[in-house]
Amino acid sequence: MDVLDLSRWQFGITTVYHFLFVPLTIGLSLVVAGLQTAWYRTKKPAYLRLTRFWGRLFLINFAMGVVTGIVQEFQFGMNWSEYSRFVGDVFGAPLAMEGLIAFFLESTFLGLWIFGWDKLPPRVHLATIWLASIGTALSAYFILAANSWMQHPVGYRINPVTHRAELTDIWAVLTNSTTLVTFPHVIFGAFVTAGAFVAGISAWQIARRRDVAMFRTSLRLAMVVGLVAAGGVALSGHWQAQIMTEQQPMKMAAAEALWQDESSAGFSLFAIGDVENGRNRVNLQVPNGLSVLATNTLDGRVEGINDIQARYLALYGAGDYRPVIGLAYWSFRLMIGFGFLAGLLSLAGLWLTRRGRTPASPWFTRVAVAGIALPFLANSLGWVFTEMGRQPWTVFGVMRTAAAVSPGADVPEVAISLVGFTLVYAVLAAIEVRLLLKFIRLGPEPDPGAETPAEPLPALSY
Amino acid sequence: MELTTVWFVLIAVLWTGYFVLEGFDFGVGVLLPFLAGDEAERRLVYRAIGPVWDGNEVWLLVAGGATFAAFPEWYATLFSGFYLPLFLILLALIARGVALEYRAKSDRTRAWDHAFFWGSLIPAFLWGVAFANIVRGVPLDADHEYTGTLLTLLNPYALLGGVATLTLFTFHGAVFLALRTVGELRAGATRLALQAGLASVLAGGAFLLLTQLDGGRTATWITAGIATAGLLAALVATRAGRDGLAFTATATAIVAVTATLFGNLWPDVMPALDPANSLTVVNAASTPYTLGVMTWVAAIFTPVVLLYQGWTYWVFRKRLTNDPLEKAISP
Repeated sequence: MDVLDLSRWQFGITTVYHFLFVPLTIGLSLVVAGLQTAWYRTKKPAYLRLTRFWGRLFLINFAMGVVTGIVQEFQFGMNWSEYSRFVGDVFGAPLAMEGLIAFFLESTFLGLWIFGWDKLPPRVHLATIWLASIGTALSAYFILAANSWMQHPVGYRINPVTHRAELTDIWAVLTNSTTLVTFPHVIFGAFVTAGAFVAGISAWQIARRRDVAMFRTSLRLAMVVGLVAAGGVALSGHWQAQIMTEQQPMKMAAAEALWQDESSAGFSLFAIGDVENGRNRVNLQVPNGLSVLATNTLDGRVEGINDIQARYLALYGAGDYRPVIGLAYWSFRLMIGFGFLAGLLSLAGLWLTRRGRTPASPWFTRVAVAGIALPFLANSLGWVFTEMGRQPWTVFGVMRTAAAVSPGADVPEVAISLVGFTLVYAVLAAIEVRLLLKFIRLGPEPDPGAETPAEPLPALSY
Repeated sequence: MELTTVWFVLIAVLWTGYFVLEGFDFGVGVLLPFLAGDEAERRLVYRAIGPVWDGNEVWLLVAGGATFAAFPEWYATLFSGFYLPLFLILLALIARGVALEYRAKSDRTRAWDHAFFWGSLIPAFLWGVAFANIVRGVPLDADHEYTGTLLTLLNPYALLGGVATLTLFTFHGAVFLALRTVGELRAGATRLALQAGLASVLAGGAFLLLTQLDGGRTATWITAGIATAGLLAALVATRAGRDGLAFTATATAIVAVTATLFGNLWPDVMPALDPANSLTVVNAASTPYTLGVMTWVAAIFTPVVLLYQGWTYWVFRKRLTNDPLEKAISP
């Protein structure tokens, strides 16, 4: 493997790993803020106990999001210095804005929230978790604006002298159509993630007969959040697919294993492709499905891989402009599949808990707990699809990934960091899961009305 | 003022903020094994920086992001050239961040204490090594690519720079702990502050002197003088038990040291051994449009950030104590 391959593996591993924590942080911060608001309004102790129980799990997860996020920012300079030189003028701006506008907000106010329980007036303390929650969503917005520029570069020109991209319109970058559809997709995905997480753990607590009434509340809440958000994911995903067909037709064609331009194109459910000869051996389709998805009409024309490749050869010169088609095809399909199942699970759960019912079947618990994995898989596969589907470009149509890598980095360096990050991340994953399990088993703190604990509110601080 | 100069100053300010704020966090981590005896004291040490360290660390992320936006060439050369030291810093910051968040929730507190110690010590040392190399100049080719190796970075001057920042941050952290605690812990922090302060005056003084003799300007002789005076004043104030004054003095010293380094650097951002290849505020900078946009963003949001971070320190201004009686009467 050369520096390019190693750097791509490192970026892929660190990014997918980082993004295991991000959606849960975004979604769970809102759940915790909502529960604390309910407590502030009603003063019911159950809401405080829920706030603190989910708040603790949120913090365990947040810590990992923070530390892995630091690596993300510096990797561009370390492994992708040619990319950084080429696009810094454009790409650096949203990144710097993320730090200044969003990251300071979430970190500072989260510190205040954790340690401010007995130091701030309740109303001010409630505001701190909301500000932290807003910070996490803003963070996502700026990062997605930066990423969307790589998918669909706007608001820039190439300087003919320096051959670098230069920002000409920051507003165009911040309101990039790609950003505007991707942001809701990611945010709704985050709420689905938090919904499945809260629902699964609540179901498990109910099965253990612990605070059944209280966890039934959080179970129902999580399933409502999960169902509504799954609807949002599907709608925004549909909108996103249309924009993608227009902006990155190759990605869409690869996602569908569609080889030739086609009107009334079908949505592929299962295909076995023959990449060599540019055709499918087997292809099971929903008739007209892709045309509807991509163009909102039954007979809309969708471009195919072979035709786009021919067009790109004329446009960009020699080269293979096809991403890894099997990967694009299956990551897209499985992303949708897992997301769909997560939504279905919420719907089923709401039905089973209707009108005061509390499901007692061990099956329900098992399915709900296993369901926690669904949105995580969908999120990860979504990023694999969106990033791998853009290849061989790092900035679509402008800069190839092979040209973006650091010329000064050598194989041993990058190999050391790849192995180092992967090992440390693996160890941390094990620690995080163990801690989560420990505090899930421990359950919520005792009802403050029932007894007065000696050390008030211990576990949220150090 | 040229926008490139404005951004040079702003990035210097961000690094200054980072060193002043996370500087004492690092110091607290380095001091933990030498200071806190029992578990209660250890927890107090963690609690001293608990509410603020994460916000402090964001100064680094903003400094990095701002460098990317304002001086992409600098960002690209620096982080690809200093690959392995930066990788080590990142690993250390990961271990440290997780230790701070997980220690109280886990049973293996001792392991986390080690992670916190090394995670604080390594960056406190390596940031000094990195900045000493930046100021001294590194081998760059005509494309501004770093052509040296890891050993190039580990020259005696840079290692002295590392010792200088390590001792300086340790001093700063000790003074901070003295300011935030009472009783035995405060006495211990004061004792360690005097030792670290002495080491800091020696190492920092030697580093500043070498830096000034090599490329000092009139203005940076003044800032270097202020830095030295700040360290000495902090020692005197610590002896006199004036913790607030001592902390102000170490903070001033860190500001002055950073100002000295950046003052000697300008108008370069990364001088090359062959001056023709040096990265300067002009050839490393983004376009005037980008710098203009970022100037607006910084002008609007920096004061807001300073305001709420300042408020955080105000909220947690009370000295920490384990005395249950005192806890009961405090709000």
